Amino acid sequence: MAVEVKEFLPITQRHEDLGLSDETVLRMYYHLLLSRRLDERCWVLQRQGRVPFHISGIAHEGIGVGAAYALRKGFDIVHPYYRDLALSIALGMKPVEFMLALYGKKGDPHSAARQMPSHFSLCHLNIISGSSPVATQLPQAAGIAFAEILKQKLRPQLEAAGFRVSREMRVVLTSTGEGSTSEGDFHEALNWAGIYRLPLVVLVHNNQYAISVPVWKQMAVKRVADRAAAYGIHGAVADGGNVLEVYQVVKEAVDRARAGEGATLIEAVTYRWTPHSSDDDDRTYRTREEVEQGKLRDPLPRLRDYLYRRGLLTQREEDELEERVRAEVDEAQRQAEEAPYPAPEEALAPVFATEDRSGWWGE
Amino acid sequence: MPEKTLIEAIREAIDEEMARDPRVFVVGEDVGPRGGVFRATMGLWQKYGEWRVIDSPLAELSIVAIGIGAALNGFRPICEIQFADFIHPAFNQIVNEAARFFYRSGGVYNVPMVIRAPYGGGISGGLYHSQSVEAFFAHVPGLKVVIPSNPYDAKGLLKAAIRDPNPVLFFEPKKGYRLIKGEVPEGDYIVPIGPAKVTREGSDLTVFAYGMMHYYALQAAEMVAKEGIDVEVVDLRTLAPVDKTTILNSVKKTGKALIVYEDNLTLGYGAEVAAILAEEGFEYLDGPVMRLAGPDVPGVPFSPPMQDFFMPSPQKIAEAIRRLARY
Ligand SMILES: Cc1ncc(C[n+]2csc(CCOP(=O)(O)OP(=O)(O)O)c2C)c(N)n1
Repeated sequence: MAVEVKEFLPITQRHEDLGLSDETVLRMYYHLLLSRRLDERCWVLQRQGRVPFHISGIAHEGIGVGAAYALRKGFDIVHPYYRDLALSIALGMKPVEFMLALYGKKGDPHSAARQMPSHFSLCHLNIISGSSPVATQLPQAAGIAFAEILKQKLRPQLEAAGFRVSREMRVVLTSTGEGSTSEGDFHEALNWAGIYRLPLVVLVHNNQYAISVPVWKQMAVKRVADRAAAYGIHGAVADGGNVLEVYQVVKEAVDRARAGEGATLIEAVTYRWTPHSSDDDDRTYRTREEVEQGKLRDPLPRLRDYLYRRGLLTQREEDELEERVRAEVDEAQRQAEEAPYPAPEEALAPVFATEDRSGWWGE
Repeated sequence: MPEKTLIEAIREAIDEEMARDPRVFVVGEDVGPRGGVFRATMGLWQKYGEWRVIDSPLAELSIVAIGIGAALNGFRPICEIQFADFIHPAFNQIVNEAARFFYRSGGVYNVPMVIRAPYGGGISGGLYHSQSVEAFFAHVPGLKVVIPSNPYDAKGLLKAAIRDPNPVLFFEPKKGYRLIKGEVPEGDYIVPIGPAKVTREGSDLTVFAYGMMHYYALQAAEMVAKEGIDVEVVDLRTLAPVDKTTILNSVKKTGKALIVYEDNLTLGYGAEVAAILAEEGFEYLDGPVMRLAGPDVPGVPFSPPMQDFFMPSPQKIAEAIRRLARY
């Protein structure tokens, strides 16, 4: 059995029907392009031996950007995974904030240069620190969403004690790969999501492989989203190469969650055409022909094609955008290279917190 | 001051903290109307309602992970693991997640939560209702590990744990739940996490213990006192972070150390105390550091004679004290 790869499909939705302005859809394209060029540069830097490791979000940008635009930025909470470069960029992460982590430099805002890169964590954007064991973020995200329910249920007591509870629930979006849905964490998270109708969106990036293991060795059902029914939550599938479709599906899920109608399991389908990470050699488990086919799912040319068809982008504007993005990536790289490393003793602290800073209270 | 059992003191601490802070909630299996299989949360569901005392699905990983998420989102969860033996499905969430969150985020995200679990043997629980799991967790920086041995400490330490901005594992010696009684003041007081306590002054040797074994160690000390052996007893109380000062000061005074714990001997918590003494207390020592612990078998057997054979007891501790005193 080979993995499933569909041909290049034109985007059929119209952004205005989805409530998106021309500026917004152009900004989506900019975010797609910025994360792609940043990602490509990281590979180059790794191959040049300038940085130790890179794990890529290439082919996942449509999912990340589509999802980010469906959220209330700075209000909703995101517990992402390592392929969420584009999600983080679209939520407001600056390229240099990623590059500092890539180099393990002082000032890395994600982990103070403790974790490998792509462990996204930016408190001011409500992006939560993740770890490396896969799927652990899912039941935690369920816990964050559960706390949103508790806030509504316990509002009088909490407000009497001085905690401001916002009228609207924050929606929690968490993501993972399709291979990681085999972990118990995934199932326990969805079970809670169903029982308590949590304001949770579980966004599974199905890129067909978990390192070398294809999706059909991962599960006996056809679609990840089929599993939603077993937990009493909504399930939906989106074409991950179509950023507008991802936006549409995630937006529906977010609206449902905010309205108190519970969680959604979304499967966004794409194809990973890079190796799993810079340490992987994917020639050991798949043919180059298959990979070439997989590139047809690329979200970038599809949105570009759409923008051209709709008269929102010209060749000259596209060239200018490329130039701007390249300058941004250059500048991020320069800043990261010039940044100092942390002092070795910074490895010693902080292990324990001395005060409590937890919680999203109020507006 | 009223006499209370260990379990009553624990319930009182939870109750008072829930009344004091609406962010505190309890989550675990059977903690709701049933009040917990050991009745630690008895009456709390009726008092605080179903959104403060939450009957979780039967899934330990998620009990801890939901706690982590709720803690990140401003709450103060008390997660109950029904028996320490069933904490292992949650091991990854505790060790890889809760323990590392603060460090891995460079000090940005802290996880204020308590994980309570009844632990230890001697209650005819067999292999899977008797385990001592403290050493696994005491090994991990980022976790605080607390084990009370009496009702007064249990209440004060649990309150400290609930208010601590870090993840705290609170292991309760279940054999002592109803057996161990003591005076517990009404109302608020704290026993700080960290310091160990000299619970009996003595000059000939020191017994280090915690939980049920501390209770037995005091009894053993009384037994040998009649024979003229003057034993100092130290209740370690907080296993992580360890209180080296109290450990070293006691052995400086007595010159000899016996460490008692009901976990398997090898690489149990006593190994750490022994290492501290070997490394930093060598000059004070007049004899070998001794350990009395369970044998290295995969569990406490069910059959009463085999269980007794496994468990340290006051008699066995007294015997070990005599041997060390003779040295
Ligand atoms: C619990 C755990 N087991 C194994 C690994 C090693 N590992 C890292 S990523 C990965 C594959 C994940 O595949 P998938 O969930 O499909 O995500 P993708 O990388 O394809 O986006 C594996 C096995 C891990 N990080 N965590």
